Amino acid sequence: MIELILDPFKYDFMIRSLITAIASGAMLSILGPFAINRNMGFMADAMAHATLPIIAVGVFLGFSISELGVPAAILIAILLGIIIKNTNVGEDTAIGIIFSSFFALGFVLISLLNVTINLEDLLFGQILAVSTSDVYIVVTLLTIVLLVVIVYFKQLLFYSFDPIGAEVKGLNTTFLNYLFLILLSIAIVGSLQTVGIILVLSMLIIPAAAAKLVVDTFVTSIKVSVLFGVTSSITGLYLSYFFNLPSGPSMSLVATTIFVLAFLSNKIRKKGSLATVTIS
Amino acid sequence: MDTKEVNSINTPLIISDGCCVHFGSAPALESVDFSINKGKKVAVVGPNGGGKSTLFNALAGLIPLTEGSLTIDGKSPDEVRGTVSYVPQKDLINWSFPLSVKQVVEMGITSKKMFNVFKRKKINDKIKKALQDVGLEEKINDNIKSLSGGQLQRVLIARALAQDSEILLLDEAFSAVDIGAQEDIMQLIDSINLDGKTILIATHDVNNLEEKFDEVLCLNKHCCAYGDPAEVLTPEVIEEMYGSHTELFMNKSHFTTEKDNSND
Repeated sequence: MIELILDPFKYDFMIRSLITAIASGAMLSILGPFAINRNMGFMADAMAHATLPIIAVGVFLGFSISELGVPAAILIAILLGIIIKNTNVGEDTAIGIIFSSFFALGFVLISLLNVTINLEDLLFGQILAVSTSDVYIVVTLLTIVLLVVIVYFKQLLFYSFDPIGAEVKGLNTTFLNYLFLILLSIAIVGSLQTVGIILVLSMLIIPAAAAKLVVDTFVTSIKVSVLFGVTSSITGLYLSYFFNLPSGPSMSLVATTIFVLAFLSNKIRKKGSLATVTIS
Repeated sequence: MDTKEVNSINTPLIISDGCCVHFGSAPALESVDFSINKGKKVAVVGPNGGGKSTLFNALAGLIPLTEGSLTIDGKSPDEVRGTVSYVPQKDLINWSFPLSVKQVVEMGITSKKMFNVFKRKKINDKIKKALQDVGLEEKINDNIKSLSGGQLQRVLIARALAQDSEILLLDEAFSAVDIGAQEDIMQLIDSINLDGKTILIATHDVNNLEEKFDEVLCLNKHCCAYGDPAEVLTPEVIEEMYGSHTELFMNKSHFTTEKDNSND
């Protein structure tokens, strides 16, 4: 059994993939509970799609997707924040416009610049192709996300729960808003090689949603979300190795399975507590 | 003479002098004048869109004035940002966060510094004291989702108390809570007021204001009246605020029209 578990790691590329998968899974799952409780799923999806034109230009200039990580994330976050704040068409509509137009621009740029990108890998991830420098970058991004969330946790929580109350209390809510958008962008861009543009959303929201179903407190939901996210990443990677499946979709489906189990457990728990109330 | 009277004598705390707020070209407040003494308990009444929340936002330093001045203890709201406690309307808060009562109250002590200046024990003591004051000390570790509407309102008031500010702004504190909970919240406000805090409450309920509040500020974009509820809540003021809906208020026994008086 242990031999079977260790078998994939006789290859260096599998060790790199495992570290990247764990780092991506953890990074997205730390921010997931904030994102789902703030209904930011659509925003996160738009962020992922908005990376396409930046990736097209970056790859054309000779950078890898991971190397583009931080600058691309900051650019996307600030751009999205400014557009949403300064248009009067409603947040959902503004996000929808950015989402589709940036994605379209990305494809046009790929064609115009004649960039050689495997679109399937970009859309659904190709973790087996990560280089050693990619691993360092993704681990560094995870460290940044983790440290910033720890340092600003109370302020981010206050702002997310009651933005007006936080502003009245004297917190810099504009800074907190952009800080969270940048963190989210960093996690998304840093995970593109693992799960791709289309599936990155699943790794952000599914582990967090499953955690919300099984625990009652926010801090615990972050811990459980990370547990579910990392479990999905590792299990997905194994499935990908042993059954020759695409890695990104495998991780996403494992996360979905965990969500279904959490959903069923939540239903059973609720039924149990209702029965107890009826009997008493 | 009780403590409250001593505190409030001739000590103007909040002064609005021709205060105007516009959203684009639309006026939200026009030339509002009033002066609230320290330690007063003031009801802010008026129709929807009458400027109650706008005034609170201006007092909290959230929106700038377009004309006039608004001062708190001689300073602009922006200068005293963070020293005014604000309990916003409940629907402006994201209740989907699975937070404990303790976490919400602790927000009142959260500062913009990266690390809180208070020691953990001091923070816990402040949270406990604030929850004791609102009668929810036994709920300290409960999830906010398990609380009733009235209890949630009291948790937000506890958060405001933990902030240790002299002025409390409560926007629609009585909305979406039953009559019993309204009574509880009013009793709580009375006890906070006895500690010398100045309290402004935006409310739609104009019944028995003279029994509950020291003063009333009647707003319909402009200041229709300000003063002792028993004196200023005349049929004319009610009509100025609510226009064609005045009859709804005229049916209340404590509003007597001149016509009613002449029939006596």
